[in-house]
Amino acid sequence: MLLITCPYCGPRPEIEFAHGGEAHIARPQDPSSLGVEDWTEFLYMRANPKGVHAERWRHLHGCARFFNALRDTTTDQFVATYKTGEPRPDLTAVTA
Amino acid sequence: MSGSFRTGIGGRIRRERTVRFRFDGVTYAGVEGDTLASALLANGVHLMGRSFKYHRPRGVLGAGADEPNALVEVIRDAGRTVPNLRATQVELYNGLEARSQNRWPSLAFDVGAINNLMAPFIPAGFYYKTFMWPRKAWDALYEPVIRAAAGLGHAPTDPDPDSYLNRYAHCEVLVVGAGPTGLSAALTAARGGGRVMLVDEQCEPGGSLLSEPDVRIDGLSTRDWIARTVAELNANPRVTILSRATAFGYFAHNMIAVNERLSEHQADPVPGAPRERLWQIRAGEVVIAAGAHERPLVFPDNDRPGILLAGAARTYLNRYGVLPGRRVVIATGHDEAYRTAIDLSRAGVEVAVIADLRPRPTGPLVELARALGLPIRTGCAITGSKGGRRVTSARLSAILGAGKLGPPDEIACDAVLMSGGYTPSVHLFSQSRGKLRWDEALSAFLPDVSAERERSAGACRGVFSLEAALADGATAGAAAAGVAPPTPLRTTAVDAEPAGVIGAVPHDRGPGARAFVDWQNDVTSKDLKLAVREGFQSVEHVKRYTTNGMATDQGKTSNINALGVLADELKRPVEKIGLTTFRMPYTPVTFGVLAGMARGDLFDPVRTTPIHGWAVDQGAVFEDVSLWKRARYFPQGGEDMEAAVRRECVAVRNACGIFDASTLGKIEVVGRDAAEFMNRFYINAWTKLGIGRCRYGVLCREDGFVMDDGVVGRIAADRFHVTTTTGGAPRVLNMMEDYLQTEWPELDVWFTSTTEEWAVIALQGPKARDILAGLVEGIDLSQEALPHMALTEGQICGVPTRLFRVSFSGELGFEINVPASHGRRVWEAVWAAGQPHGLTAYGTETMHVLRAEKGFIIVGQETDGTATPDDVGLAWAVGKAKPDYVGKRSLARPSMSAPDRKQLVGLLTESPETVLQEGAQIVASLGLKAPMPVIGHVTSSYYSAVLGRSIALAMVSGGRAKMGETLYSPAGSGDVPVKVVGPVFYDPEGARLNV
Ligand SMILES: [Zn+2]
Repeated sequence: MLLITCPYCGPRPEIEFAHGGEAHIARPQDPSSLGVEDWTEFLYMRANPKGVHAERWRHLHGCARFFNALRDTTTDQFVATYKTGEPRPDLTAVTA
Repeated sequence: MSGSFRTGIGGRIRRERTVRFRFDGVTYAGVEGDTLASALLANGVHLMGRSFKYHRPRGVLGAGADEPNALVEVIRDAGRTVPNLRATQVELYNGLEARSQNRWPSLAFDVGAINNLMAPFIPAGFYYKTFMWPRKAWDALYEPVIRAAAGLGHAPTDPDPDSYLNRYAHCEVLVVGAGPTGLSAALTAARGGGRVMLVDEQCEPGGSLLSEPDVRIDGLSTRDWIARTVAELNANPRVTILSRATAFGYFAHNMIAVNERLSEHQADPVPGAPRERLWQIRAGEVVIAAGAHERPLVFPDNDRPGILLAGAARTYLNRYGVLPGRRVVIATGHDEAYRTAIDLSRAGVEVAVIADLRPRPTGPLVELARALGLPIRTGCAITGSKGGRRVTSARLSAILGAGKLGPPDEIACDAVLMSGGYTPSVHLFSQSRGKLRWDEALSAFLPDVSAERERSAGACRGVFSLEAALADGATAGAAAAGVAPPTPLRTTAVDAEPAGVIGAVPHDRGPGARAFVDWQNDVTSKDLKLAVREGFQSVEHVKRYTTNGMATDQGKTSNINALGVLADELKRPVEKIGLTTFRMPYTPVTFGVLAGMARGDLFDPVRTTPIHGWAVDQGAVFEDVSLWKRARYFPQGGEDMEAAVRRECVAVRNACGIFDASTLGKIEVVGRDAAEFMNRFYINAWTKLGIGRCRYGVLCREDGFVMDDGVVGRIAADRFHVTTTTGGAPRVLNMMEDYLQTEWPELDVWFTSTTEEWAVIALQGPKARDILAGLVEGIDLSQEALPHMALTEGQICGVPTRLFRVSFSGELGFEINVPASHGRRVWEAVWAAGQPHGLTAYGTETMHVLRAEKGFIIVGQETDGTATPDDVGLAWAVGKAKPDYVGKRSLARPSMSAPDRKQLVGLLTESPETVLQEGAQIVASLGLKAPMPVIGHVTSSYYSAVLGRSIALAMVSGGRAKMGETLYSPAGSGDVPVKVVGPVFYDPEGARLNV
């Protein structure tokens, strides 16, 4: 069971959380102005990387907040968690 | 076998305390401290089971968790029968009843042993190759026969009467294994001051030291050193030691699952006391001190009873005071077997010969054996054995080089003790996703790169010498706790050369000889070679094809030898072949301990409404809807469901019905931007909805498909009372929070789940207003003041209410929302007031019929996640002038308005009595042969009492353009013709609503 650090509450066990898919995919301001390709890209296309992945979690059975996390999909280790709206942390800065 | 094999002195048993037990119906005597295996050996019983595939007679091979042969069922009663236990780990207690497995009708005479004679015809992959065709033979022949002849033990016939506990624990350092390394690690780690947990699968701490009576550590006997160490640990309140506790799973982020057996070893467990406890331990640092498993030798006929691992034999001698035989042959490729030979010889056992595969073994143990005058043959292979229920001789051949062997020599014996060396137990490390590396000198995979905050120490990372292991444990414990390692302890242990042999022993026995690699799954070296010849290259494929290492023992004794055989056959080095993945559990665990308290009523939470008790009193029949218990119907005087539902339906249409709608999901949407949020979120337009008015809301996902629906009432300019489907409330709330928190954080609005705050009493029928009239205060119930789809606040029966004028039945209807704590009292008041009017209680089944008569959809029944609002006839609900809402862009895709999409229609059968099957397919013409083009399916189907005929709703491709056409529903009895009609069967003008 993962140990996830909620940016608001601190480390909590995975059972308190719900996964929310890939992070940093903003809903377009005016969806109706988007062509089919762009809308499809937004709606369905996901990175699914092997390695560090920016993803959303919700501390469902805690503060109920959504937040973002960088997790290595090969090791399940969290590199960072951060609040919604904050930019994706620069890993070169984190590891330096 | 006659006479006792118990020694006169020594061991960690209490000889004076006799323990009686039964094995396969025969009563035996053991002593306190025995395992089932040691007690049977003391009685001269080596034959403890039959092998899985060939039903060959098998004796005990090991002395611990790695045992592949001596699998038994321990029977307390019909609900407490545990199969697949290793006799080597079953602690003896008075009255223990055990049964061997894989044999029928008896262990000594086994019908399945015919498989053994047929062995040449049962090669690797036999089951894949043979039992393939015809398909029918599987059900009638193959499966029943295979299941009867194979299988591992029997499941208990009665429900498990015992209780199991679950406990979470946190510690700074977790040490797995309480052998010398683990004890040393825990002792050092505890000096760091943090919480330390030490878990061990055995009944007492000590591990391999329990079999080492003669070594001295720090000037103490092993017994005294263990006692001193455990005493120091126990004196520290921050230290927890768990015995009979197997760390069976290593999960992400240092979560270790431990199965603690609380009462399995007791003759008379305290009634009601828990049987096992699951520990889920989150550790800051983990020290794995899991030890090593001895490797058998792969030689022909290596599986007879009486052939066991040399180290296990030494454990039986030194720990349990049991002799494995009276005249033994030692077959080895490793120094440790000399230790066994020396100890046995000192205990009076005749060591017929030590046959060492190595041409020139050296080292102190070899020299000691020589000094004692034990006969040693070097460069000597064991190439066979004889014997039935017990080995009677070993066949030895000199290794001449270049694949040549000298003439065989037959040595009489009653036990063969073998050793190929030791394989580090990397199970937990591998489970933690750490990377292994091959160590050529040790012929072993060792932990290399960690994936978790963990370190291996001692034999499980190839540090075999006792003194070095003690130091390694101390170093690991110190590093884990962040303290300096202590001064290393001195011991009197004599070290063995660590290197051994892997793979198959050379032999001259021809292609018919069977040398077992995996005892538990009956895999021979020949099977592995056959797999290679048939083209399997990957170790993962060979494993699955031959089943090597796939038994419950997880290949503890077989994996490395199998790799050795494969490396030989593939002409590739072992590290290029790679090791298969280790999976949890390390040893089997009970379903009981995994389920813990989550059984029966506690399996899932049960949600009941405030009115539940009333429905129980009325004799309602309930159904599960998500976690809720909902009254399905209220039978009277022996009615079946059909009769009750017809009566309830008619009562609602002709008088009035009362229905508990409390399970509806409810979310209060409040804030300055509440209307704006609703506008963006639901497909409907909300800004113009007046205060005190309701609207049927439809929610789509971003992909344009219907996700939920429900009536939404506007309580105030900044307050909406949103209802959802019974099962949908959590996901709707989650989706609301998602959009608010991550897409539209600028909106000033918040959401509160109010599902359980309100009891909801639906009053539906022409008499509803009359019944309600005398109960409300300050509420005008007239059509003018409170028309259909209006709401008002006031009082009912003296408590505040939100009264909705809504209808899911098509009749004049109200939904009375009152605070949950008043729900039952108000319900009972309404019930009493309604009796003169013929008020009838109805359940979910009638609710479904009534709404189907009106063509109202149920999300999840008419919709399946691929239906748009227009598909289910809800295009009218779309706020078309809105610039955006969730799903709008997707709904604009051309395919979302294609004319052949499945659309909601009604279906009428020719015969009014024929009720279609829900889920039945719809086709366009008669007499089609499968596979036939399907154009739709029935989503709801009922008999309508008020209409006097059956009705059905269906999703049919281009259905709205097929009005009046006849389609067909293929059924077992033939194609049923159906006429396509509109989905509203009753009161299509809605005249009954607006009264
Ligand atoms: Zn939180």
